[in-house]
Amino acid sequence: MSSGPVLYDVPGPDEKRRERRVSWVVGALLVVVLVVLGWRLASNGVFDDRWRILVEAPPNFAGYQVQDIWSAVFRGLLNTLLAAVISLPLAMILAILLVSLRSAPWRGLRWLASAVIEIFRALPVVLVMLFGILVLPGASPLVAVVFGLVVYNAAVFAEILRAGISALPAGQTEAAYSLGMRSGLIYRTIQLPQSVRMMLPSLIAQGVVLIKDSSLGYIVGYAELLRQISRVADALTNADYLLPLLAVGAAVFVTLNVLLSRLAVWVQRHGRLQRRGARVARTATLVEE
Amino acid sequence: MGSLLASRAAVWDAFTTTLFLAVTAGVLALLVGTLLAAMRVSPYAPLRTVATVYTEFLRNTPLTIVFFFFVFVTPSMGFTFAYKVAAVIALTCYTSAFVAEAVRSGINSVAVGQAEAARSLGMSFGQNLAIVVLPQAFRTAIPPLISVLIALVKNTSVAGAFSVLELFALSKRLTNAHSSDVIAILVGIALCYLVICIPLGRLAAALERKAAFAR
Amino acid sequence: MSRQRPDHVPTEHQPSPAGPVVRTGLSLRPGTPSRRVFLTGTVGAAAALTLAACGGGDDASDDVADVDSSSFEEGSTMAKLADAGKITVGTKFDQPLFGQAGPDGKPTGFDVEIAKMIAAALGIKADKIEWTETVSANREPFIQNGQVDIVVATYTINDERKKVVDFAGPYYTAGQALMVKKGDDAITGPDDLKDKNVCSVEGSTPAQNIEDNYPDAKLVTFDTYSKCVTALDNGQADTVTTDNVILAGFVAADKDKLQMVDDGKTFTKEPYGIGLKKGDDDFREFINDTLQKAYDDGSWAEAWKSTAGQVLPTPDPPKIDRY
Repeated sequence: MSSGPVLYDVPGPDEKRRERRVSWVVGALLVVVLVVLGWRLASNGVFDDRWRILVEAPPNFAGYQVQDIWSAVFRGLLNTLLAAVISLPLAMILAILLVSLRSAPWRGLRWLASAVIEIFRALPVVLVMLFGILVLPGASPLVAVVFGLVVYNAAVFAEILRAGISALPAGQTEAAYSLGMRSGLIYRTIQLPQSVRMMLPSLIAQGVVLIKDSSLGYIVGYAELLRQISRVADALTNADYLLPLLAVGAAVFVTLNVLLSRLAVWVQRHGRLQRRGARVARTATLVEE
Repeated sequence: MGSLLASRAAVWDAFTTTLFLAVTAGVLALLVGTLLAAMRVSPYAPLRTVATVYTEFLRNTPLTIVFFFFVFVTPSMGFTFAYKVAAVIALTCYTSAFVAEAVRSGINSVAVGQAEAARSLGMSFGQNLAIVVLPQAFRTAIPPLISVLIALVKNTSVAGAFSVLELFALSKRLTNAHSSDVIAILVGIALCYLVICIPLGRLAAALERKAAFAR
Repeated sequence: MSRQRPDHVPTEHQPSPAGPVVRTGLSLRPGTPSRRVFLTGTVGAAAALTLAACGGGDDASDDVADVDSSSFEEGSTMAKLADAGKITVGTKFDQPLFGQAGPDGKPTGFDVEIAKMIAAALGIKADKIEWTETVSANREPFIQNGQVDIVVATYTINDERKKVVDFAGPYYTAGQALMVKKGDDAITGPDDLKDKNVCSVEGSTPAQNIEDNYPDAKLVTFDTYSKCVTALDNGQADTVTTDNVILAGFVAADKDKLQMVDDGKTFTKEPYGIGLKKGDDDFREFINDTLQKAYDDGSWAEAWKSTAGQVLPTPDPPKIDRY
C-alpha cells in the first residue's frame, strides 16, 4: 500500500470531484435506507421499553436482579473463551501432526492423513459435538464441545499449513538439500516454521471461526455465550427480551473477533517488514487497504 | 440403521433441502462476494467503506445471530420472508463476506505488473478488474473458495433451528422418535454430509493441481 | 400417539400475579423466601471458574434426614449413591415451571423438586446433587453410559424409550395444548389447525404429534419455545403447541399478549417419568416407593404448589405404573 493503488490511476482534480459526488450520493442513500428501516422498527415497537432489560430486571423475574443477567452473560463469555482457549492449541497440534503425516515418505500414511483431513472438514461441527457427548465415555459438555472444535479446525489448520508449505519458494528446499539435510529435518526446520509464519493471518482468521463455532455447543447443553443468553430470555418467559439480549451477544462476538482480526492484520504487516521477498510481502502491496 | 431406512423418504427430502440451501446460497454468495471484493478495491471511498464494514461485521458475527435477524427482526421492518427464503438470505449474507475475503486475497496475489500493464493500455478500473485481474485472481482463489463452500454446506445445519427441515433438523426429529437408535441415525446423517462435501474437496484438490501446473 | 379423552386443565385460577416464584426446599412453608444455590450446567473447569462468584446455601437441605446406607441392600444402586453422598441428575434447563435454569445457572421447577425428594430419600442433601443439562438427543445415552444416575426432565414415558431405559413414575401427566395471541379466537382446538402455522420445538414429541396426526397443519419449528413465542408475536405463527404446563408458564408471564386455547384443554396424555438404567428394578421400585410416599404425605402436592402450582391448579397425583 506504500505504492498506492494499482488498479486505477491516481485521481486528478476532475476525478476527485466526481468521487466526492459519488461519496455524497452513496452516503445519502445509506442514511435514507437506515432512517427508513429504523423508523419502521420504531413504529413496530422494537425500541420500546424492552431495552430496559439491560439496565433493570422486570418486576416479576423471580427475585432476580439485573446483575444476575449480566453475570449470566459474563459466565457465558468465559465458557466461550474457555472452550476456544483449550481447543486452539489442541487443534494446532493435531494439524501439525496431520500435515506432517501428509508429507511423510510412506504413501499409505500420506493417504491416511489426507483421508482423515477430508472427512474431518466435511462433517458439521454440531454433529461431531453430538458424537462426542454420545460416544466418548463420560464426556462432559465441555469435552464434547472441544472435541467438535478440534476435529474440524485441525483439518482446516492442516490445509492452511499445507498451502503455506507449497507456496514456499522451491529454492528453500533445494538449498537445504544441497546442504545435505534430510527431508524430515528440512520439513521440521525449514518448511513448517516458514509456513506457520507465512500463514499466520489465515490461521488467526480460522481462529475467529473457531470462537464463533463454540456457539454451536448449545446442542450438547454447553453454557456458552449464546446459550446463556437464550437461557436468560427463556427464564424471563417474555420473548420481547430476546432481541436486546441477542444484540448484546452480537456486540460481544463482533468486538472479540474484530480485536482478533486486527491482530491478524498487525501480524501481517509486522511479518512483511521483517520478511522482504516472501510472497506475502509482494501480494500485500497490490491493493490499498 | 433400521429407523433411518424406514424414513428414507424423509432423509431424501432433507438431503435435497440441504443441497438446495447450499447451491442457492452458494451461487448468490459467489456473486455478492465478488461484487463486494470489487467494491473493496474500487476507487470510491464510500464503496470501500461499505464493503469493508459489511465483511468485517458479518465475518465476526455468529451465523445464528444473522439468522435471527432475518427471521425475527426484519418482519418488524415490514419484510417477512418464508423460512426457506430467510435461510437462503442469511446464508448468502454470511458466506458472501467469506467469499469477498477469498477473492480479495486472490486479487492481492495477481502480480502488480499485470494491473499496471492494463492501466498503461488505457483500461478503466472496471475493464482492468473484469478483463485482467479477476480472471487471474479466481485461479488462485479457487481452493479457498471451495473451502468456503464446504463450510457453507455444513452451515446450512443452522437453518434447522429456524424452521427449515434440512438434514440436521431431521436428525433431531429422528433421534427423538427412535431413541434406541441414536448413534446409527447420526452416522447416517453424517454420511449424507460427506456425500456432498467430499466431492467438493476432491474438486478443490484437482483444481489446485491444475492451477499449479498452469502457473 | 393415540388421541385420548382430553382432560381439562383450566388455567384461569392462577393464584400468582407475580409469576413463578420458585422455592428450593421441600419443607419450606409457603411464602418463605429462599436463597438460591449456585449450580452450573457445565460440569468441570467452567464451574470452578465461576463457583466463587455465586455462593449461597440452601436452607432446606439441612432438613434431610440421615439415612443409613446399610439399610439398603449391599451392592444396590441405592447403597452406592447413599455411600457416595451425591447423585447426578439430568434435567432440562429450558422448561418453564419444570426445569429451568435462572440467570444464575441453577435449575428450578417441579422436576428439580422431584429429584430432590429422591435424593433426600437416599440421605443426599440438595446441595450434593449435581445437575446436568439433558437435551432430547442425549437423555438415553446419558443414562446408558452412566453420565447421570437419573433423568427427571419432562421425560414422556413411551414404549420406544422403554427399549433402552426404564422409567419410574409417572409423577405427573401433562398433555399437549395450544396457545394463541390474546383475543384470537380463530383456533378453538386441534381440529382448527388446517392451513395454520403451528409452532413447536424441532425434535419434540408435540411437534411429532402435529406432524403425524394433523397433516393439514403447517408445522413451524425452532430450537427454543421463546423463538416460537416471538414468531407468534410477529404473526409468523398462528399458534404455539406443546405440553400445557410449558405454555402456562409463558401465559403467566405475559397475560396481556397470550392466552391458552379453550382454557388450556389438552388433547394428548404425556406421562412424565423418571428415567434410569435399564434393568435396575430395585432402584425403580425404590423411586416408585419414594414417589408413593410423597403422594401420601402431601409433600408431592407441596412441591407442586411451590413451583408449577404458582400458575396451575394442583392435580391429583397420577397412578404409579409399576410394570
